[in-house]
Amino acid sequence: MGLETILFLLLAVGAVLTALLVVTSPSPIGSALYLVGTMFCLAGLYVLLAAPFLAAIQMIVYAGAIIVLLLFVIMLLNLRRIDEVLSKGWRIAGLFVAGLTLFALFMAIVRGSSVLPEMPSIPDDFGKVKELGKILFSKYLYAFEATSVLLLAAMIGAVALVRKEGKEGGKDAS
Amino acid sequence: MQVELAHYLLLAAVLFGIGAMGVLTRKNLITILMSVELMLNSVNLTFVALARHAADQEAQVVVFFVLCVAAAEVAVGLAILISVWRKRGTMNVDALSALKG
Repeated sequence: MGLETILFLLLAVGAVLTALLVVTSPSPIGSALYLVGTMFCLAGLYVLLAAPFLAAIQMIVYAGAIIVLLLFVIMLLNLRRIDEVLSKGWRIAGLFVAGLTLFALFMAIVRGSSVLPEMPSIPDDFGKVKELGKILFSKYLYAFEATSVLLLAAMIGAVALVRKEGKEGGKDAS
Repeated sequence: MQVELAHYLLLAAVLFGIGAMGVLTRKNLITILMSVELMLNSVNLTFVALARHAADQEAQVVVFFVLCVAAAEVAVGLAILISVWRKRGTMNVDALSALKG
């Protein structure tokens, strides 16, 4: 087994374990912290797949921004575990649907694995900032600009949603 | 054993299934939000794996856009969550049945 195989196995097992802990942990804070582990393992896999820029972005945006935002909200609202009284029928139905999705994906991959491409050789600068930037700012320029509008809309939407009603631009718009 | 594309795709499928399980079986709104993040990430992994095996960097650019959409989704989702918390004082999705009809 080469180094790549060992790393892949380690990161894959880590990602699956932490993902399972995310969806089974009773407390939201535990879920959020395990999600950091999943993101970290996925960033490692991105490095293995010659995407160093995306690995860095994954860590900065997910671990650095999104998870911190989630933790901030959890702690601000003082969220604790809630009573998850899910009826047995619903629980089985949920597991069944998730299992069915998984089974369908598995079958599609296993049956299609004969036509999957072999790993080709790639240039040295594959996935580096410069190469991605060239594509992003030429072919996908309009999509990139649309993304900025999307983020602006999300920001305005978030502010409008949490603004307290009845106070016109109050000082304590918390 | 050589790591192949199918292994990455299977790993992504497993992560997607776990995320779907979380969305379908949990009742805590914030945990559901995190499970959705998990599903988005598994799709990102698929994109990156295919980018490597097709030697095409455009798939990595798509991942970039998915990240932006995920960030926007989390911001709006958390804002909705906070206003739900203010109005209902609970995070349980069972309490949110106003649109049930």
